[in-house]
Amino acid sequence: MRALEIVSTGSLALVQDLGRPGYAHLGVPPSGALDVAALRLGNRLVGNAEDAAGIETVLGGLAVQAVVSCTAAVTGPPVAVSVDGRETGSHLPISLRPGQKLTIGRPATGLRCYLTVSGGVAVPPVLGSRSTDVLSGLGPSPLEAGARVPLGPVTGVPSGADVVVTAPVPSQLTVPVLLGPRDDWFTDPASALNTQWTVTAESNRVGVRLDGPPLRRVSNSELPSEGVLTGAIQVPPNGLPLVFLADHPTTGGYPVVAVVRRESLGALAQARPGTLVRFHASF
Amino acid sequence: MRWRRYGEHAALLDCASLAEMSAARATLAEAALDGVEEIVPGARTLLVVASAGALEAARSLLASADLDHPPAGDAREVVLDVRYSGEDLSLVAEDAGLSVDEVVALHTGAVYTVAFTGFAPGFGYLAGLPAQLRQPRLTSPRTRVPAGSVAIADEYSGVYPRESPGGWRLIGHTEATLFDPSAERPALFTPGLRVRFRSV
Repeated sequence: MRALEIVSTGSLALVQDLGRPGYAHLGVPPSGALDVAALRLGNRLVGNAEDAAGIETVLGGLAVQAVVSCTAAVTGPPVAVSVDGRETGSHLPISLRPGQKLTIGRPATGLRCYLTVSGGVAVPPVLGSRSTDVLSGLGPSPLEAGARVPLGPVTGVPSGADVVVTAPVPSQLTVPVLLGPRDDWFTDPASALNTQWTVTAESNRVGVRLDGPPLRRVSNSELPSEGVLTGAIQVPPNGLPLVFLADHPTTGGYPVVAVVRRESLGALAQARPGTLVRFHASF
Repeated sequence: MRWRRYGEHAALLDCASLAEMSAARATLAEAALDGVEEIVPGARTLLVVASAGALEAARSLLASADLDHPPAGDAREVVLDVRYSGEDLSLVAEDAGLSVDEVVALHTGAVYTVAFTGFAPGFGYLAGLPAQLRQPRLTSPRTRVPAGSVAIADEYSGVYPRESPGGWRLIGHTEATLFDPSAERPALFTPGLRVRFRSV
């Protein structure tokens, strides 16, 4: 059987593809890779369809051993990658022979690296996706050392001599947002958002939690539960915003002041605790 | 009704009541417009995720729809067998000034509609709870509520699809499967479905 053996997982290693959108009306979060562009790139590098499942790591530390010959790639922030102790680099296709061990180091910037492998991770899909949803518990359990991860059949050829330009993840982000739907619940929301927020250590796949000067409400009325989406900036009673990521609940009872533009979600998903974030609102 | 922008790919319809929201949801679901990716009902809102063209089509459809006479939609009704022995049943009776039997009679006598979902896959907020049974959540939520617990809170009744923390008042237990991702219909409770409870 085509497979990969997990040698060590680092702090967290999860199977992720593009998630299971379309079931929000049943209470099912979308889930899926947080840095979608990184997973898609990794899949292209190893010759997979862009929606194949890979492994999402937090702060690297993942080591895997090839059970069969395969091609692998590591994407996300720039990171040291080695095969049997020899440096290979990230963001390029790497051929692995059976028994060879690939190790991902700790990225100097950013949070989430992606390991993609030819054939893709082929655990059984749940509601059309192989993603682990940390909120609802759908999908496979977090990977553990010693586990054998099945791989699918190879469907394409690895990309040739493409040079992928990578850049360190910045320690300060300016994130464009669109105000609404509940901007009228807050005092001067555009300028209240356009301040220096700090990503806190409580952030996870559900959302990026921020610390800074609390947003002030116009009134203290309660919001009846309403649908929420990835990128929604929800403001609980303490006034500190939370940007929902892929494993967010499908409905929520706190007002959403603004929504992050989709192209900036990957950068937020790579924002380490301590990263400074400023929201630039447009109408 | 008022549309509010929700990022680049969605809009939120603010409705005056749960009934108006349900009518708008049924109308949109029936129309099955091309380009609509998600229709997520809330207690007073409908979140529509769609292409720009489909959002415009949804707006004009609802602007001209007769929401007093929405499409019937899914005509199914499910009946759940419930053992009324929940840990909060006597508390609910006491707070309502009723006997336990009267609480059970009220809860089983009503016809509920799945208004919206959330909290966990397959958890439905069931509208239609008799006014005498409307009570707030527990002041201190339980860390562990067993799967199949039938509960009430505010204007809703609900059933916990799996073991989880929870702050609703527990009145009974059902053996029904609320969520099975491998089933053709993964969730028993889908928006618009009618639900009744039967005491066993």
